[in-house]
Amino acid sequence: MSHALTLITFIPVAAMVIILSLPPALKDGAKWISAVAAGLQLLIALWIFHHFDTTTTAAQFVDKFAWMPTYHISYFMGVDGISVSMVLLTALICFISVFASFGINRAEKAYYALLMMLDAGMMGVFVSLDFFLFYIFWEVMLLPMYFLIGVWGGPRREYAAIKFFLYTLLGSVLILLAMLGLYFYGAQNTFDMTVLAANASHYTIGFQRVVWIALFIGFAIKIPAFPFHTWLPDAHVEAPTAISVILAGVLLKMGTYGILRVNFAILPAATHELAWLFLGVIGTINIVYGAMCAMAQTDYKKLIAYSSISHMGYVMLGIASFTAAGIDGAVLQMFNHGTITAMLFILVGVIYDRAHHREIAGFGGLAQQMPIYAGMTGFAFFAGMGLPGLSAFISEVLVLIGAWQTYPLMTVFAAATAILTAGYLLWTYQRIYLGPFNEKYKGFADLSFREGFTLVPLAIIVLILGVYPHAILGLLDTSLAHLNQVVLSTPASAIALLH
Amino acid sequence: MDLGNYASLAHFGPELVLGGGILLLVILDLLMADKRRLGDIALLIAVVALLLIAMEPVTPGAWLFHRMLVFDSFAIFFRALIALAAIVAIWMSIGSEEVLGCDQGEYYAILLASTFAMFLMAESANLLMAYLALEFVSLTSYILTGFLRHNRRSLEAALKYLIYGGVASGTMIYGMSWIFGITGSLDFTVINHALTTPGALPVLAVFISLVLILAGMGYKVASVPFHMWAPDVYQGAPIPITTFLAIGSKAAGFALLTRFFFPALSSLTAAGNWQALKGVDWPELLLFICMITMTLGNLAALQQSNMKRLLAYSSIAQAGYALMGFVVLSNDGIRAMLFYLFAYYVMDAGAFLVVMIVANSTGREDIDAYRGLAWRGGIVPAVALTIFLFSLTGIPLTIGFIGKFYLFAAVIRGRFYLLAIVGVLNSVVSLYYYMRPIKTMFLDTPNGDEGAVTVDFWNYGLMGVLACATIVLGLYWAPVLAFATRSMHFFTGPV
Repeated sequence: MSHALTLITFIPVAAMVIILSLPPALKDGAKWISAVAAGLQLLIALWIFHHFDTTTTAAQFVDKFAWMPTYHISYFMGVDGISVSMVLLTALICFISVFASFGINRAEKAYYALLMMLDAGMMGVFVSLDFFLFYIFWEVMLLPMYFLIGVWGGPRREYAAIKFFLYTLLGSVLILLAMLGLYFYGAQNTFDMTVLAANASHYTIGFQRVVWIALFIGFAIKIPAFPFHTWLPDAHVEAPTAISVILAGVLLKMGTYGILRVNFAILPAATHELAWLFLGVIGTINIVYGAMCAMAQTDYKKLIAYSSISHMGYVMLGIASFTAAGIDGAVLQMFNHGTITAMLFILVGVIYDRAHHREIAGFGGLAQQMPIYAGMTGFAFFAGMGLPGLSAFISEVLVLIGAWQTYPLMTVFAAATAILTAGYLLWTYQRIYLGPFNEKYKGFADLSFREGFTLVPLAIIVLILGVYPHAILGLLDTSLAHLNQVVLSTPASAIALLH
Repeated sequence: MDLGNYASLAHFGPELVLGGGILLLVILDLLMADKRRLGDIALLIAVVALLLIAMEPVTPGAWLFHRMLVFDSFAIFFRALIALAAIVAIWMSIGSEEVLGCDQGEYYAILLASTFAMFLMAESANLLMAYLALEFVSLTSYILTGFLRHNRRSLEAALKYLIYGGVASGTMIYGMSWIFGITGSLDFTVINHALTTPGALPVLAVFISLVLILAGMGYKVASVPFHMWAPDVYQGAPIPITTFLAIGSKAAGFALLTRFFFPALSSLTAAGNWQALKGVDWPELLLFICMITMTLGNLAALQQSNMKRLLAYSSIAQAGYALMGFVVLSNDGIRAMLFYLFAYYVMDAGAFLVVMIVANSTGREDIDAYRGLAWRGGIVPAVALTIFLFSLTGIPLTIGFIGKFYLFAAVIRGRFYLLAIVGVLNSVVSLYYYMRPIKTMFLDTPNGDEGAVTVDFWNYGLMGVLACATIVLGLYWAPVLAFATRSMHFFTGPV
């Protein structure tokens, strides 16, 4: 299957066109067309996963032709170990989120068309190897996201949607400037990321620092890293369940993916110099601050949103460590965070659909009424806490082992936060699912088949990766080791040695 | 080549068609019973003029009418753009409820006359000619702005326009007289020769005269601080005229500005960069004006609740963006500016067209009239307006993004980092107000008192063409880029 990457990116676009041209009488077809498109995408992703050669760092499944030759812009798609794991995650989460959307009952055609556009944009970001193409996909994602939050969201949806849009646009315009800088002041005028990376030593260190920071801000807003994180809780709280799932499951990964793909590969010297501060320290702040904020929340969904911020901190800390364990663990954590947080948001959506509120204090004893739901939540919470045998344990431990060798002090803080995490998750579990049963909720049905169908595959993956993490780590190893080597081989400057 | 009067006519076809067309319209106005047909005839005339421009050969260039006008690829670009603007304006006028109540013959004749004058502005090779063309454009614009005789806003707008215009052109001609005094000529090439010849250059005097001249040209492109007329005029004028002023008049202003400041005042180095006169810091001044223009335009737009006024401030900001290509003093920058002006034409015309469609149906221009537009039958205009506004913001998949991309590329390449930062921050700010109508159309639910929005076939057609152009050219923009590249050539000729 040649053009697998083009196919996986543009199948949703085809689905979008079909959905938009459906006659009003067939509007129920929209969800099934989306499901088929997402299913096909997942199959292709699995095919790519199966045929991926883990022994090379070169881009695979390459699709390339000149798009705008006068400006050296090409349509260039390809995957390496880092992106292939993200392609898999994106296909999986999009498939799940189509089914999580079945409850939408207003303007379905528009909803599913936008969902498909979002899907294509996200997939495109992970498979693009031309910076211009990458940027186009990066920005195209914003439009469907705005409308999906703004039209189908909660009471304060307008505020949340525009806040999301403004924040991320601010980030992307900085990326645009950085991209142009890399284009004009490199060894040759090109947007080809593989060529830019090969000529990385051409840029002076002063130039690298400026561009690095511009790119970092652009990507950090997506992660979201402290202090650019404030849009995330708002967006999550107002977004419909499926969109929260995508937001937490895939969108946040783009930030850290971008840092690895651009900052690390193209600006290794600046990365070597600045990572400890911008990724290490800020990552640690994310971990601790996110957990503390989560503890203070009264809204169930907001709590999960802050916990998501906290867990993304491990990714930042891990990639800043420049050790094989740390960086492998970080990318594995990206994958695990995707599956676990997606579960958590689906679980929040389940109770919100029934109770129409998310006040933690308003619940109690739900385990009596909805035992399967409570059980599933327990599983997801344990996964979130990083219990051994579940996937997040492996990735967080790898991150901590790796980070310990480079930043012992930060690692102490990060590791200690595990207690806070366990604290807020167990406390939440206790308040919602245990204790005296609130009679108000009598008659609530347990998980429906559809809800179960969205949760069980994720739970299985969490379990499998808990005992056999090599399924993903095997993909990453070669590419990440190479990337790490590139950064470490640049001379460490004075600032880096402070640490 | 310096062509005499008779030989010049060979390169003067589009203008002759327009001139003949104006006379034809005046005569037909007396003869025809169904005055509504006059619009169709005007449209035909404008289309013929555009076709003639499209067929013009790309020659090294020539002087026409004893060095009064110049014929080169740069002039072709701007005349094509202005003709396109006139076609859109006439097309909109035919479908506009406001314009139907006016005297058709005069209206279209003056609209074509204004087009004619803008052509001359784009071709001027002489300060006197430039001044006459600019005044010609202004006079016709005043009349067109005040064409809704029974509407107080329209009249007020025309008066404001007239007063500002009088001051600006008076200032400009005073500046021109200084240039004449310094160089002894009004001819652009002679001025360039006199100012660049080694010798004592009266730096301060030249600078002052440039500032004075800038008043007149800046007034046409609506750059700060000569922008104050724009919001009132754009709001008061009939919507097709607003569109024409926003895209056509602005393009003509840019044409004159570029022709005066580049070939007349600077010299081209081998590397494709332009060298300003030593000691005369007009690039610094324009850099400042450019940044202030976009910032002020965007900040003022944030507060607007009337769509025409919002788009008026937006067009001030857009002029600021286009100026980015101007102030970097390179051929890259000029090409980016030309590309952006074309992009701006497509998206701004589209946005004003949707405003007119809504005004036709509801009689309202305020943002509240758009509440829930997508959910009360107006999904097509709502989606079209969304495309245009995203393009104005500079979101990918639209021609607006590509335009901004080239502008920022030129800015980064010229190492104007502060300008780049100011430019992108402005893009972010502008998102907020461009999103407001979109928010109102999609996120708000209609009250029920907004009235239905219907679109007639012809407006649908134009809207479709502009919306498709915005997206298709955003994906495959090579033809526009080639056109802009071809058009960077100025004919200066021997002294």
